[in-house]
Amino acid sequence: MSEPTHKEVLDSEPTHHEEHIVGPKVYGIIFGSLMVFTGLTVAASYANFGVFNAVVALAIACIKAVLVILFFMHVKYSSRLTKLTVAAGFFTFLVLITMTMTDYISRAWGMW
Amino acid sequence: MDSQAIATPPEQEHAEHPPYLRHHFATVEQQKETSTFGMWLFLLTEIMFFGGLFAAYLIYRNWYYPAFVAGSHQLSIALGATNTAVLICSSFTMAMGVHAAELRKRKELVGWLLATILLGCVFLGIKAVEYREKWEKQHVPGLNFSAEGFTRVDPNYPDDKPLAPDMAAKTVVYFSLYFAMTGMHALHMIIGVSILLVLVVRAWGGAYTQGHMTTVENFGLYWHFVDIVWIFLFPLLYLISRHQ
Repeated sequence: MSEPTHKEVLDSEPTHHEEHIVGPKVYGIIFGSLMVFTGLTVAASYANFGVFNAVVALAIACIKAVLVILFFMHVKYSSRLTKLTVAAGFFTFLVLITMTMTDYISRAWGMW
Repeated sequence: MDSQAIATPPEQEHAEHPPYLRHHFATVEQQKETSTFGMWLFLLTEIMFFGGLFAAYLIYRNWYYPAFVAGSHQLSIALGATNTAVLICSSFTMAMGVHAAELRKRKELVGWLLATILLGCVFLGIKAVEYREKWEKQHVPGLNFSAEGFTRVDPNYPDDKPLAPDMAAKTVVYFSLYFAMTGMHALHMIIGVSILLVLVVRAWGGAYTQGHMTTVENFGLYWHFVDIVWIFLFPLLYLISRHQ
């Protein structure tokens, strides 16, 4: 066996990931789930859950967003670098939102 | 040329590389990884941008809650839900387009991209219908706005109490945020459709089906991101205030 070439060494670097082609079947399932969740969130808005209407609607929106990110945007099949980038971005976003809301979440609810 | 000579071991010097592999990358894989990374960094700035609008919406909704509920009742859930479905379909066709590019199927790629353009235009058309209705009802802040209607009971929501004049005046905040958020989203859609038109022409010429499809893939990331923004806009603007 000859020495591995420069190219082969680079291909085994940590940024490398398996070339993964996501098939139409996966896309179809995700598409169907997104449609079902859309129907669900509209139906839920007609029921009266009080303050939980917003919670339910946002929870469904988060599930839909995660499905899009993982499958349509291929993050599930991406390298660790990409996964870390996406996760770090959303984490930073949550920190910023929480810091903005500190006054509201740390004082009497509904008194502002 | 000079830096290349320094950076690469002598035995490798100016290796043959396909035209789509930039000189400073060793492999197509490395080049793809780099551009995906860069694209995600751009999308993160977009998250922060829309995030600011979402935070403003959250806080003002707490401040002027009755005005936001009354404003929200002026939107059509049917049109909003239809647009959500249209946008999810367009995300699906875009994902299938990326798949066709991976399989190097030129005509399929062009077909899926054209379908995505069509669905994007349908979305913008429905949005235009909604904007037109806002104009007719005098709900466009800065150009054509009257809060007077909110001091009376809306026949579609007979259980709603009419707002006091000072709270009714705050509906302008709801509609300002409505236009800022959906307007910025629509602008992203218009930019997306414009880029898609270029992509279709180049894809027809075979640009993305000969071993290099990073452009299509990264555009797909952008398109899906715009879809995600709408996935949050729809419940926040249309749905969550139905019952209060």
